[in-house]
Amino acid sequence: MISYTIRRILMLIPVLIGMSLITFSIIHLIPGNPAQTILGEQATPQAIEQLEEQLGLNEPYFVQYGNYMMGLAQGDLGTSLRTKGEISSEIWPFLAATIELTIFAMVFAIIVGVNAGIISAWKQNSIFDYASMLIALVGVSMPIFWLGLMEQWIFAQELGWLPAFGRGNPRDPVETVTHFYLVDSMINGRPDQIWTSFKHLILPGVALGTIPMAIIARMTRSSMLEVLRSDYIRTIEAKGARDLSVVYRHGFKNAVIPVLTVVGLQTGTLLGGAILTETIFSWPGVGRYVYEAIGNRDYPVIQSGIIVIATMFVFINLIVDLLYSYIDPRIKY
Amino acid sequence: MNKPVLEVNHLSTHFFTDRGEIPAVDDVSFAIHEKEVLGIVGESGCGKSVTSLSVMGLVPNPPGKIVAGEILFRQQKAGNEVDEDLVKISKKRLRRIRGNQIAMIFQEPMTSLDPLFTIGFQIIEAVKLHRKVTKKQARQIAVDKLKLVGIPRPDEVVDEYPHQLSGGMRQRVMIAIAMSCDPEVLIADEPTTALDVTIQAQILELMKKLNKEKGTAIMMITHDLGVVAEMCDRVAVMYAGKIVEQGTVRTILKDPKHPYTRGLIRSLPKMHERDKRLYSIPGNVPKPGSIQNGCRFAPRCGDVFDRCLKENPELLPLNEGHHCRCFLYEKEGATVHAETVARS
Repeated sequence: MISYTIRRILMLIPVLIGMSLITFSIIHLIPGNPAQTILGEQATPQAIEQLEEQLGLNEPYFVQYGNYMMGLAQGDLGTSLRTKGEISSEIWPFLAATIELTIFAMVFAIIVGVNAGIISAWKQNSIFDYASMLIALVGVSMPIFWLGLMEQWIFAQELGWLPAFGRGNPRDPVETVTHFYLVDSMINGRPDQIWTSFKHLILPGVALGTIPMAIIARMTRSSMLEVLRSDYIRTIEAKGARDLSVVYRHGFKNAVIPVLTVVGLQTGTLLGGAILTETIFSWPGVGRYVYEAIGNRDYPVIQSGIIVIATMFVFINLIVDLLYSYIDPRIKY
Repeated sequence: MNKPVLEVNHLSTHFFTDRGEIPAVDDVSFAIHEKEVLGIVGESGCGKSVTSLSVMGLVPNPPGKIVAGEILFRQQKAGNEVDEDLVKISKKRLRRIRGNQIAMIFQEPMTSLDPLFTIGFQIIEAVKLHRKVTKKQARQIAVDKLKLVGIPRPDEVVDEYPHQLSGGMRQRVMIAIAMSCDPEVLIADEPTTALDVTIQAQILELMKKLNKEKGTAIMMITHDLGVVAEMCDRVAVMYAGKIVEQGTVRTILKDPKHPYTRGLIRSLPKMHERDKRLYSIPGNVPKPGSIQNGCRFAPRCGDVFDRCLKENPELLPLNEGHHCRCFLYEKEGATVHAETVARS
C-alpha cells in the first residue's frame, strides 16, 4: 500500500509537467500582446519592447517555460499584470472560498445522493424509488442558474430564511486566517460567525451540489441494484444479518467504487467550473477570479488559475485511486 | 427413527411475474429428522432450490411468495419441545433462527463470499450475530471452524480475502460460516456442483463427517444421484414443483416406482454397458406456467394412460416410508399393471 502510494505520487510528476506545458503553450498561442495590454493602446513600440525585455517575453519559448517552471517549483506563480501583486498570495482567498463551497456542495451531494440511491435500490419500484429517481432526473436536467435564481427567490426573497449573496456579513467581516470562513470563525471563537458563514454556504452549496447529487444517486442506485442481487449478499442474509447491515455494510461497500469515481470527477469539475454559481451568488471564488482575469487579459493569472485547478483535479483523482485499493483488496497494481 | 427437527407441510411458493403466477413449489411436504441426511433430487427448475430458500425465508420477494403451507421447526423452550412455524413467525425471530439453528451453503463458492471482507470477518460476523462473544473469542471460534472444515494454516487464512482462495477452499469457508453457530439443520444447495470431481469428494466427505460428529441434520439439494447414493439416508424426488417419490435411499435407488425416478436412474451411465447409447427421458421439463391439469410428468411418461391427463395423482404410501405420486400404484390391480409395464 505504501509503496503503491509512493509510486502513484511519483507518477504524478510527468502528468503535472505535461499539464503545465500544455497550459503554458495555450496561453502563448492566444493572440494579443501582454506588454501592449499592460501599457495600453497608446504605448510606443519602444516602451513595449522595453517592457517585453523586462518581463522576459522576448526570450525563446523554452527559456520562458523554463523560467516559469523554476518559479513554479519555488511556489512562485508570477505577478498579476493588473494588480502587480504576487499571484500565489492573491489567489488563495479565492481558492479557499471555492474549496469551502465545493466541500459543502459535495458533502450535501454525497449524503443525499448516496442515501437516496441506496434506499431506491433497496426498495426498488417503491414510491420512494420513483420519487427520488424523478428528483434525480430533474436535478441533472435543471440549469444551475435557474435553480440558483429560484433558491434566491424562495428562500432569500420570499421566506427570508437564508442570505442570497456573498460569504458573510460585510458589516461584521470574518477575521481571516485560513480564508475558510467556517474554520476561521472557529479559530476566532465566534459561534455567531460560524452560523452566519454556514447560512451563506447553504444556497450556493445546494445549487452547486444538485447535479452531482443527482448523478451520485443514479450511480449508487444502479450499482447497488447489481450488488444486492449477488450471491454474497444472499450469504449474508442467510447468516441472519439485519437488513441495514446487509445493505449498508456489505451492499454499499461493494457498490461504492463507481460512485467514488463519479464523486472524484464531480469534485474536480466543481473546483474549476463553478463560475455560474459563483456569479449568481456573488461568491468570490477562483472561477470568477480566472474569469475576470480573462476579461483583463491578465495572462499570468489565467495560467496560474488553470494550473492550480488542474493540479487539484489530478490530486483528487489520486486520492480516489488510492481509496479504490484501500476498499477493494483485489485492486493491487 | 428420531423425531423430525424440521417438518415442511404442504408448502407452496409461487412467483408472481408478468407472465402470470408460477407455482415453483407446489404442495411439498417432507421432514428431516435428527442427524439425518435428506436428499432432494430433481432436474434444474424443478423447485428444489426454491424449496430450500423458502425454509430459510430467503425467497426473493417480490416476485416470490410462500402462498400456503407451514414449515415447522422444533425448538427447545424451557425444557419443552415446541414447534415454530417459520412461515408465520416475525422477521426478527426468523433472523435469529437463520444462520444460527438453520444454516445454508450455496452452489457458487466463487461468488458466495463478500470479496471485500476477510474470511475471518465473515465467520466472526456470523458468530457475533447470534452469540455474545469478545473479539478474541470470536477470532478463536473462526480459527477453530476453519480447522474443523480442514483448511490448512487456519491462523493465516483467517486474515486472507476470498480471492486468495480456490473454489474448494471457499466452499469450505462457506461451510465454516454455516457451521459457526453449530446449527441443527444445514441446508446445502448443490454444494459440489461448481467444483471439480476430486474436490467434490472432499467436500462431501467433510459434510458427512460433520453429520456424523456434530449430529447436524443435512438437507442436501442436488441433481446428482451419485451424491445422493454417497450421502443421503432418505431421498425426495421432485418434478415440476412437486415431490413425486419419497423413500429411503435404498428403495429409491434399488426399487424406484415412479416412472420419472425410474427414468432418472436408467439414465445413469453404468460401468458394464459401455457401448450402449445412454438412456434419456424423452421430452423436456414443462415450462413453468405452462402446467395443465393432470400428472405433470404425463407428457413424458412411457406408462401414461387416460386418467393421467385428467386428474392429479396424490402422493400415496406404498411401503413403510415409501411414497409415490402415480396412478399406477393406486390399487392392487394397478400395481400388477405397473409391474408388467416395468418388466416389458
